[in-house]
Amino acid sequence: MNFQIPIGPQHPALKEPIGLRITVDGEIIREADLRLGYNHRGIEKLAESKTWIQNIYLMERICGICSHSHTTCYVQGVEKLMEIQAPKRGLYIRTLVAELERIHSHLLWLGVAGHEAGFDSFFMYVWRDREIVMDILEIISGNRVHYAINTIGGVRRDLDELQVKNILDSLSVLRKRSEYYLNLGTTEPSFVARLAGVGYLSKEDALALCAVGPTLRASGVPMDVRKDDPYAVYDEVPFEVCTADTGDVLGRTVVRIKELFQSYNIIEYLLKNLPTGPIAVRAPRRPKSNEVVSRYEAPRGENIHYIKSNGTEKPERLKVRAPTLGNYAATIKMLKNGFIADVPLIFAAIDPCICCAERAVAIVDARTGQEKIVSTSSLKQLKQNVSPNKERKREVVWPL
Amino acid sequence: MLTKLTRWSRLKSPWILHLNTGACNACDIEVVAALTPRFDVERFGILLKATPRHADVIICTGPATRQMKDRLIRIYEQTPEPKFVIAAGACAMSGCVYRGAYNVIGGIDQLIPVDVYVPGCPVRPDAVIDAVVKLLNKL
Repeated sequence: MNFQIPIGPQHPALKEPIGLRITVDGEIIREADLRLGYNHRGIEKLAESKTWIQNIYLMERICGICSHSHTTCYVQGVEKLMEIQAPKRGLYIRTLVAELERIHSHLLWLGVAGHEAGFDSFFMYVWRDREIVMDILEIISGNRVHYAINTIGGVRRDLDELQVKNILDSLSVLRKRSEYYLNLGTTEPSFVARLAGVGYLSKEDALALCAVGPTLRASGVPMDVRKDDPYAVYDEVPFEVCTADTGDVLGRTVVRIKELFQSYNIIEYLLKNLPTGPIAVRAPRRPKSNEVVSRYEAPRGENIHYIKSNGTEKPERLKVRAPTLGNYAATIKMLKNGFIADVPLIFAAIDPCICCAERAVAIVDARTGQEKIVSTSSLKQLKQNVSPNKERKREVVWPL
Repeated sequence: MLTKLTRWSRLKSPWILHLNTGACNACDIEVVAALTPRFDVERFGILLKATPRHADVIICTGPATRQMKDRLIRIYEQTPEPKFVIAAGACAMSGCVYRGAYNVIGGIDQLIPVDVYVPGCPVRPDAVIDAVVKLLNKL
């Protein structure tokens, strides 16, 4: 039966939409193709017409979830170009916000994963507790999402004793809640059964396809820019790189929950060892003409900015490689030979961060060559119809 | 009597459609956060819908990109009357920092009529609730 369901280019639950073209043979995906560019705004070109300081605000608005990642990556690069060093206290606050952002992003993802797996109460619980992190971020920076804490040469806002105490108090609540989620998300039989074995990516494939972040680490590769090429104060802070060996969506969930606890530890360390002193140094107006590559471990993986300056007040070229882009090739690999019903789950598992608007999937029948457009909501319906009764082979061992 | 009934039902259940026209995700997560327990707009009968055909209110986030232009107009046309549009965030109002980028048209009011503007970069969830309440007062 062939019919077209032209449901609009939007989807309510997941904010990051993309065009997917999938060739199916019955229920099995044979070929997958991604369609990008729905949210192309032309930021890289726009950055060339703005000054170094103005660009911080533009970089922040590349993505609303990892806004701090992009500004830090940019600011680190520019500091290298201008040959200045941010003071220790500034770097500590910068790292603190980075880890808070990782917590908020991972909690957000955990909720979305619960939603995609059909576990909506989990979604609501996690998002309720995510508000605690949002409150902490608001205490520090004055805004919930775009913190605007970075500036060239340091940070813009300082912390006082009361704030530190507040953050530590809220963090202990959050830690307790996370333990509950770890328990719930990893022992609840239906949730685990839905995630295990879905979207398998082997270690060799993950390396060959240049996967990044939790997707790579869930395939058993302990790669993390914070450890491999420490920036800010990560060389002083004790933490572990979390990995899982299963290479499936369950492994990615476990890696993210484990990283939450690492982030709590890092934040506690940072707040207890917060040095005194200035938070920023004065930056020159123009850097020398030079070029720099800046790396940063965003919640989703490695974020790379390439900045070229020609000695003027504006950058000559600014190139952004967001982590999601690194994961696309691996996603296509994961989708192949899976079920159509698993598409939303697999796609959500890389934590896609494209801010665009189309969530339509074009399905090409491998036998007839015909195409039809299906929305994610009808895919979800399909998923609910397919998964309950279907016997599926589980090849992974529960890691915890 | 019938108009009274329709007015009552419209006031009690404004179903919303969340449409990303090229936003940076920040407004989107804040709109979703408005649905979760801390803010919980569902107690006012506000439900997030997946299709424009079920929706009364379109919440637009983000500046209109050229790629989204036709789709935005099409979604607006698909929404049944009476329909209302909320422009959430500075981008949807005017284009915000993306003003001047080659692929950005500007505020969504250049393409479709807008009823309520919500300032903020990004909008706070409480501001979204306030916008919907203000919209209902207009009815």
